[in-house]
Amino acid sequence: MSLSLEQSPTTGDEVISNYTINFGPQHPAAHGVLRMVMELDGEIIERIDPHVGLLHRGTEKLIEHKTYLQALPYFDRLDYCSPLAMEHSYVLAIEKLLNIEVPLRAQYLRVLFAELTRICNHMLNLGSHVMDVGAMTPNLWLFEIREDCLNFFERASGARMHAAWFRPGGVHQDVPLKLLTDIADWLDTRLPQLFEDAMSLVVDNRIFKQRNVDIAVVSRDDAIAWGFSGPMIRAAGIPWDLRKSQPYDVYDRMDFEIPVGTRSDCYDRFMVRVEEVRQSARIMKQCLAEMPEGPVSSSDRKVVPPKRGEMKQSMEALIHHFKLYTEGFHVPAGEVYVATESPKGEFGVYLVSDGSNKPYRCKIRPTAFSHLQAMDFMSKGHMLPDATAILGAIDVVFGECDR
Amino acid sequence: MTVLHSAPRYAPFDGVLETLSAALGDMIVSAREQHGEIVIHVVRERIVEALRALRDTHEYQQLMDIAGADYPSRPERFEVVYCLLSLTKNHRLIVKVATDEATPVPTATVLWPNAGWYEREVYDMYGVLFAGHPDLRRILTDYGFQGHPFRKDFPLTGYVELRYSEEDKRVVYEKVELAQDLRQFDFMSPWEGADYVLPGDEKGAPVPPAPAPVATAPDTKGEAKADVPKTTDKPADTGAGEKANAEAAKPVSPGAPVATATPEPGAPDPTEDRPARKPRAKKEPTVPAEGEAEKPKRTRKKKTEGEGA
Repeated sequence: MSLSLEQSPTTGDEVISNYTINFGPQHPAAHGVLRMVMELDGEIIERIDPHVGLLHRGTEKLIEHKTYLQALPYFDRLDYCSPLAMEHSYVLAIEKLLNIEVPLRAQYLRVLFAELTRICNHMLNLGSHVMDVGAMTPNLWLFEIREDCLNFFERASGARMHAAWFRPGGVHQDVPLKLLTDIADWLDTRLPQLFEDAMSLVVDNRIFKQRNVDIAVVSRDDAIAWGFSGPMIRAAGIPWDLRKSQPYDVYDRMDFEIPVGTRSDCYDRFMVRVEEVRQSARIMKQCLAEMPEGPVSSSDRKVVPPKRGEMKQSMEALIHHFKLYTEGFHVPAGEVYVATESPKGEFGVYLVSDGSNKPYRCKIRPTAFSHLQAMDFMSKGHMLPDATAILGAIDVVFGECDR
Repeated sequence: MTVLHSAPRYAPFDGVLETLSAALGDMIVSAREQHGEIVIHVVRERIVEALRALRDTHEYQQLMDIAGADYPSRPERFEVVYCLLSLTKNHRLIVKVATDEATPVPTATVLWPNAGWYEREVYDMYGVLFAGHPDLRRILTDYGFQGHPFRKDFPLTGYVELRYSEEDKRVVYEKVELAQDLRQFDFMSPWEGADYVLPGDEKGAPVPPAPAPVATAPDTKGEAKADVPKTTDKPADTGAGEKANAEAAKPVSPGAPVATATPEPGAPDPTEDRPARKPRAKKEPTVPAEGEAEKPKRTRKKKTEGEGA
């Protein structure tokens, strides 16, 4: 930090010239490892230069050295707040190249758990956003919901966070019926109680509004030009949701609303997410009501490995299992860009296949890259404490941003 | 082709390829539709012009991503891939240009402000230069990093590793030393896909017809089998026929020395698996001898360090 005092040439008073501070990388409101070099004029932000990449692990390079199935768990580790949403884009990209049909039950299960992931993600984001601007209690209450979500993930996949449960051709395993009924109970009782309780503390709170209303207003044109997506573009008043406009899996069968903002400030971004949680619960209820019985993964044995029981009976199944877990399946040559509506926005995978068993190139389009890039122009002219509110409303996670 | 997958379905694109090909005209190198994606390869120098036309007249308002890709076998090895999205037409488009290490690509920051970080990323990862970019710094790699890690010729392990040094009380960078070799399993089946044939795996090809049996053979064969131990000393014992194809007939690696039956004159006798050792010299506790014994050791160590760097 450099602070220099100068003598004003006219009045003889001391004037403070612009000075530079480091925000992060070890700052609780930086949501991970973000370093922002801020140029301040007093407490007014003049310029922000975000330095990202402190969590860069070369995921895309690692994926090039793994088979398609081995690369899947890397996606859980991108946005570790919404792991299943990350897998969703990747498995859909593979399925698009393979042109493989996914059984209906698997599609319902994916949508169900993608929405559960959305709730799980928003619990973390809404809670930490509230905490960033000074309130402690809602965060703790929301974490209780998040804990429930993680327990559901564990009961479905065996892992609380890094599920690796979506697989090319379906999902890894069917869920027990008790889990589905428990989720249904939870959606009817516990989620609305806890969530509405927590929100009642925040949404009309005077202090919370003072910290968020009219902060970082982004016009529609700017939101489009900066490549915004997800809640960030919806808060700007553009009803753009990939689940609605470019439906994948069974989203076209779901009846839900897209919340949009009116003023495009941090408060709108927060409220869009609040409403999205309610809509996600609505989608999940429809999934549970409509979900058919049947297989949970494709019967194409050149892509999906057989079940253990089948392997005990059939030599063919044993060979398929062996080949799929050593060599892996081959994907036809070509390139696709598949994007899904992750809780944070458009999460895309640009997948290039050369016809072999490993991806030739797998570019991951992180949601945070566009949003964080706009941090400079969004926070220009705001006060230093507003930076945390803006950052909280972006909903940035560095596992995904830095890859 | 019927669409079976459940990946995102956007507006049908009948005629879009033709419309865009006509509109962009001679800016296009090639345009194709594959796996439901429209991929347009544009002349590098005119990429900004093409992107501007796509944004302003064809309603592809958003730049969602810029991806780099490396194809070392091509004369212009790098591809820069722009993923565009139309919010009004609900359609996606992939536009790409090719370039090499030295030739810069005109920047897209003049059209979309968010191209800035994407181009920085492509520069960081592949070393592709962007002409006119206002701030072409590295973005994801460490401060002071050298090289472009996503190039296909950059090793997965990298060249340096860092650790906290207790002596220096700071983080130090060192050459990568792997406790065990990086294991790269190649499970590619030799029957489909792999462009090489594993030695001993030539059986996949049709076996040539068996040679005509010798008249006396059938009588003695049964008796001989009983007491002759089963070995695979000769190629004939393995059941392998002739080499399946030209690829298989090649030696295992092109540079491998061909095994000759007659040893070269003056060659030492073959040993089991380790070279014959010189008989140990008598210990002479003189100073110069010790110095000599140490010297080669040190130079060898240096050499291995130098090789890896």
